[in-house]
Amino acid sequence: MLRQIEGSRAVAETVALCRPEVIGAYPISPQTHIVEGLSALVKTGALAPCEYINVESEFAAMSVCIGASAAGARTYTATASQGILYMSEAIYNASGLGLPIVMTVANRALGSPINIWNDHSDAMSQRDSGWVQLYVESNQEALDVHIQAFALAERLSLPVMVCMDGFILTHAFERVDVPAQEQVDAFLPPFAPRQVLDPDAPLSIGAMVGPEAFTEVRYLMHAKQMQALDAIPEIAGEFEAAFGRASGGLVRGYRTEDAETVIVALGSVLGTIEDVVDELRESGERVGALAIRCFRPWPMDEVRAALGAAERVIVLEKAFAVGIGGIVGQNVRLALDGLGVRVHDVIAGLGGRAITAASLHAMLEDGLAGRLGSLTFLDMDWELVARELDRPSGPHAENMLRDLRERVS
Amino acid sequence: MIQVRFHGRGGQGVVTAAELLSVAAFLDGRHAQAFPSFGSERTGAPVMAFCRIGDAPIRTREPVVHPDVLVIQDPTLLHVPGVFAGFEDGTVLLNSSRADVQVPHGHLVTLPASEIAREHLGRPMPGAPMLAAFAAVTGAVSLDAVAAAFRERFHGPVGEGNVAAAQAAFARIEELTRA
Repeated sequence: MLRQIEGSRAVAETVALCRPEVIGAYPISPQTHIVEGLSALVKTGALAPCEYINVESEFAAMSVCIGASAAGARTYTATASQGILYMSEAIYNASGLGLPIVMTVANRALGSPINIWNDHSDAMSQRDSGWVQLYVESNQEALDVHIQAFALAERLSLPVMVCMDGFILTHAFERVDVPAQEQVDAFLPPFAPRQVLDPDAPLSIGAMVGPEAFTEVRYLMHAKQMQALDAIPEIAGEFEAAFGRASGGLVRGYRTEDAETVIVALGSVLGTIEDVVDELRESGERVGALAIRCFRPWPMDEVRAALGAAERVIVLEKAFAVGIGGIVGQNVRLALDGLGVRVHDVIAGLGGRAITAASLHAMLEDGLAGRLGSLTFLDMDWELVARELDRPSGPHAENMLRDLRERVS
Repeated sequence: MIQVRFHGRGGQGVVTAAELLSVAAFLDGRHAQAFPSFGSERTGAPVMAFCRIGDAPIRTREPVVHPDVLVIQDPTLLHVPGVFAGFEDGTVLLNSSRADVQVPHGHLVTLPASEIAREHLGRPMPGAPMLAAFAAVTGAVSLDAVAAAFRERFHGPVGEGNVAAAQAAFARIEELTRA
């Protein structure tokens, strides 16, 4: 049914339609409305049977999810920012054990400095954790991909993160088509666990493994992720057949066919980018965009196919690896190895800085004129940086905020 | 597409007003998007929220930089820096009972929304009257849709009080326009 509701509400209702049996979660902005919504649905009995476990930390949240999933329950959680760091040890355990947990990451910056706004640093910090990472562009896609995530997780027995931009999507009201329970039931069969802890048939999981087999057990995570490169488009195809709309998949090109310049990005910023692409197309520039919808596993072949004919690729990313630069950019360069395509990393939108069409236009003007370097920070206040670099003492954040206040007054 | 920026103070229902404007537009069969300016909201602190209304799906996610309509829910914000940022021409809807207010540019419409709300709702929540004024001035949403959006969010007497306040505000603006 078409409704105009908040993204978090839509995700909560859709997760409930997927019939999770255990939810273990700890509230943290901007994920809070999702787990509050689910908690209310459990309390009223609208989501049953389901046990909602209000834990004392994110570490406990993922630990509860591991136990529940190992006991054969369809299991869900959500987190963001510092929460994902706090559960990080358990995140690696969940993937090492091959447990099909689905987790929403309401993307938010990592501190320090503490910041509650959106970027992708949190999910990116776990990119090598063995979890599948799917990024969504809109709230409709968030709904659709959560349903697909449960199917994918359980088909391959591996955990899946659905990454949606905190606030920008979680707190946005927009039109969504929330499916009916019967539709979701028909698409998502009951969970048939690959491994179950059962007192009547005792077994142990989580054995210590020495050098004799550690490489092989770890390799299985990689092998299963590589299987996901086939399963993700397969499930997206099944979803489209069942629900009548395309969403999910590995990558999605926008006006890339004859594009000389392609902007690569993840998540909700694609909407703004597409508007800018259309405007540039009208002025005759051959520009396109590529959405990376699945970042882990990395869809090497699809990225190479989509970008291989371009002259230049601009990777716009909401996170960066301190000491080197772009994260997605490194992966894109690997996919384009040997093709001679120039790749530029543009770091944008950190800690909630708005990515505006005006800024994108200015950046692309530089890009089209060949003035873009290999690493650019969009809308960077270089004066503020320079002043602090010259300063011998004091805390950076406090110094720079004081400089900003002085500049205004 | 019409782009609206709401300014108010924490506790005045600024974010709710933007959300319910998007719901009203949706109920009228239009596409709409609403989102807050994502701060750590505190009671009394300046708060911003955005709404876009159009006839095609809205893709952009940037904040409303160049608003067509400014909805100012608290008159003390008129002199706060940034309220008129990016506003070049259009309508300013201001919650105020004073007649001597001036704005730097644009067409000013004032409405004593807090008083209307106090009368019909019992609390000075300006959201419903301001959205009704928006409907009357722009025609971008209908009064019926605004009323339905408030009834959907607030049940019972609170919903009905908001609807009554909206109707009163709408009638007042219509009267002003005819005069």
